[in-house]
Amino acid sequence: MSSPELLRFRLNGHPVEVSCEGARILLDLLREDLALTGTKRGCDLGTCGCCTVLLDGRPTLSCLTLARLVEGREVTSIEGITPASGLSPVQQAFVEHGATQCGFCTPGFIVTATALLKEVPHPRREEIERAIAGNLCRCTGYTKIVDAIEAASRKGA
Amino acid sequence: MATPPPPSYRLLGTRIPYVEGPLKVTGRAEYTDDILRPGMLVGRLLRSPWPHARLKSIDVSAARALPGVFAVLTGERYPTPFGVLPITHDETAIAVGKARYIGDIVAAVAAADERTAEHALSLIRMEAEPLPEYSDPRVGTSKVSEPIHSRGLLGSNIQKEVVQHFGNVDAAFAQAAHTARVRGNFAGVTHAFTEPMATIAEATPDGRLTVWSATQVPHYLHRALSEVLGIPMHRIRVIKPEVGGGFGGKSDPLPHEIVCAALSLETGRPVKILFDREDVFYTNHGRHPTQNDVRVATDGEGHILAYDIEALIDGGAWSSFGTVTTYYNGVLAMGPYRVPNFRYRGRRVYTTKPPSGAMRAHGGTNIRYSLEVALDILAESAGVDPFDLRSRNALPPNSKTVNEFRITSTSFLKCLAAAKERSGWRTKFRKLPYGQGVGLGCGFYISGSNSPIHFTPKMPQSTVHLKVDMDGGIAVHSMQADIGQGSNTLLAAIVAEVLGVDLERVHVQRVDSDVSPIDIGSYSSRVTFMMGNAARAAAEQLLEKLRSAAASLLDRPPESLEVVHERIQERGHPEVGVSFLAALHRAMETAGALTASGSFDTSALGGSFKGARAGTAPAYSFAAYVAHVGVDVDTGEYRVSKIWAAFDCGRPLNRLAVEGQIEGSIHMGLGQVLGESMNYRGSRLFNPSLLEYKIPMPQQMPEVEILLVGDDDPEGPFGAKEAGEGPLIATLPAVGNALYDAVGVRFTDLPITPDKVLKGIDQRRKEGRVWKGA
Repeated sequence: MSSPELLRFRLNGHPVEVSCEGARILLDLLREDLALTGTKRGCDLGTCGCCTVLLDGRPTLSCLTLARLVEGREVTSIEGITPASGLSPVQQAFVEHGATQCGFCTPGFIVTATALLKEVPHPRREEIERAIAGNLCRCTGYTKIVDAIEAASRKGA
Repeated sequence: MATPPPPSYRLLGTRIPYVEGPLKVTGRAEYTDDILRPGMLVGRLLRSPWPHARLKSIDVSAARALPGVFAVLTGERYPTPFGVLPITHDETAIAVGKARYIGDIVAAVAAADERTAEHALSLIRMEAEPLPEYSDPRVGTSKVSEPIHSRGLLGSNIQKEVVQHFGNVDAAFAQAAHTARVRGNFAGVTHAFTEPMATIAEATPDGRLTVWSATQVPHYLHRALSEVLGIPMHRIRVIKPEVGGGFGGKSDPLPHEIVCAALSLETGRPVKILFDREDVFYTNHGRHPTQNDVRVATDGEGHILAYDIEALIDGGAWSSFGTVTTYYNGVLAMGPYRVPNFRYRGRRVYTTKPPSGAMRAHGGTNIRYSLEVALDILAESAGVDPFDLRSRNALPPNSKTVNEFRITSTSFLKCLAAAKERSGWRTKFRKLPYGQGVGLGCGFYISGSNSPIHFTPKMPQSTVHLKVDMDGGIAVHSMQADIGQGSNTLLAAIVAEVLGVDLERVHVQRVDSDVSPIDIGSYSSRVTFMMGNAARAAAEQLLEKLRSAAASLLDRPPESLEVVHERIQERGHPEVGVSFLAALHRAMETAGALTASGSFDTSALGGSFKGARAGTAPAYSFAAYVAHVGVDVDTGEYRVSKIWAAFDCGRPLNRLAVEGQIEGSIHMGLGQVLGESMNYRGSRLFNPSLLEYKIPMPQQMPEVEILLVGDDDPEGPFGAKEAGEGPLIATLPAVGNALYDAVGVRFTDLPITPDKVLKGIDQRRKEGRVWKGA
């Protein structure tokens, strides 16, 4: 076990300095050391997508990412996607379309969908399905999630 | 006689976004693992590596001596048996004397951090004598050398046997024109909710114990904690944070919840036990691996004469809900058709595998598949369209089944008509090219178990409390458990509907046994019906207080006043009225904050024979689904492209939620067809991860056309019945029968993986049996 070192990166637009062991996983760093609990732990194996965050703007599984790898980079978690007041267009669409049931997978989907719409503002349904294929949802059957992302894209999210 | 049109409502029946939605989409909803308590320790469990073993000795001295370890527990400390059903208490918090499956909890540790806890577990030394492994339920049906539990029937591993016979099945078969026989084999499947189980317990110096847990049934957990720990219920406080899905998997009180509390009592510190995904799979309690044998007899026109059913159910290591499962695998065959003669023998057998239990559409899913396939066979042999065969046999409204289930509302015929019409059945059935097919499957499910699990003390199934103070915000307390199905939203909407106020005034409080009146929780698809009626009663009581206050302000008789949006006014004279707040403030002048309490209980239903209550419900849901499949006949891969889902949930109160339940149910039902399977080699689970246990991907979801055709139920709240579990059932046979229409092969081993499809196609070709010209 390597000794803790100072880790510096940008988190949700602000600089962070935190002591971090070499084996520390980004998900644990966010949830436990930084108390950002919006990012969820579903499987620890990169299979469910609940822990998705943006690393330099790209959806990344924080449970498979060593925290040290984000040195000098930009991490955006669900907390960074949420506006100071109200909801983002993707979040608003998820609420209106019933795309969240138990809600545990939802932050991961919001992160993935936000990144998708930034890259492809008006995706086709199949493109949405492909983009969210790494996020599991057991409640909705995905229908309303895809509906919500489509609706957000129409509103120019 | 013309019936008056059903009433319409301001909120109920519309699409109501979930009240907690904004918290969930921002990651601000609080789940158990998000809670941090000062000085909290980490609890970890040591699990048995043996499928069946006598525990000779456990040496925990080295673990206890490790710095940073606060407590190590073994089974003897809290040996009181428990279980969700009072009649089958066969679990202990930690194994006592024997381990009964790979994954059984044999010791527990509380430590300062995860690493220390893991290290401590590795220092525990166990000696055990391996005992015979019983992975095959067939072996356990007769006397065995070392029964898994002492309670097994006559020295066997049979946990429960049910034998029922109504009418005369043999005589009915003797006069039948057509008979069909299906043997269905069903692999075990599991809930695969996204939130792993998590529990926090905190024993405090005032002699109280607070437990936060991801549970569907806070009340049963409350009882189990009290029984096993020997602490009166009033000194235990159970809190349910948000729950990340349950589907039945969080409805038993689970051993780790009790262990967590025990560790906190031992250490005087808060303790958290968080499961990893492997823990979740080993804890299981999913749908039972089952083999059923179904025989159905009809007359020449396809009228059902008799069912003859046997089921062999692989229970795993504990009873869990198994006694109910054993009954349900028979009695949930009693709808949606009239069955004049019925015989059933069901056996649930303990095995040395992770326990099975209740999973969405519990007990009604596997038997329905085999029955609906048998009806498809019979329609073909009688030369009757599958829709016609089913409509000929539909249970009429206000009737009784042969086993004395009371049927009140049923819109099953409307379901059939809608599914047939919308799917274009006439132009597709047996008419699509080889490899393409449509199939019909139907369903029937309880809208809440009529019998609560506990009968003492006698109490209603659901109670709802309301409190409103001068701010005009309405606090709603109830122990109903929202696990994502939208019950908090429905609760708020019913209160707002009755009082005529905006939804934003209504605040549903988190379940907390200190303040929430008891509702027995989210299982058996009971919440809409039972909590809904309780909420309505509570709100109407509050409304009477407001109406009296308004009457005194307006100097009009209370019965002349009606509620409109945020206002109480004279019927026919809308200018004579007062605002909700004005009425509230008058009502509070002497009494202070207003309170109201409403409750709902089921009335006695069912016959007087043994087991007569199993499957009784105050109402039933009905379904008729058509699936369209396309098979790649060279690879056996297939895709379900569309499902027309006609469903009778009475009046849908929140269309958004009902649609979500149907779409999610279809996803889960489809998983059991396409490939979900708990894979065992002997007693060892081989795929305890979401990588190897695959739930359907977005690309595998069919387009779903939802047809809500139910009429108002006479006893359901505002006419509603369940929509949480019943919508799963028809999915499986609709797809199975569509595969037959596509390639002419009957598939009765689930999951129906591509290799089985290919094998079936090849077999049929080898036999030279042409299907649709191919």
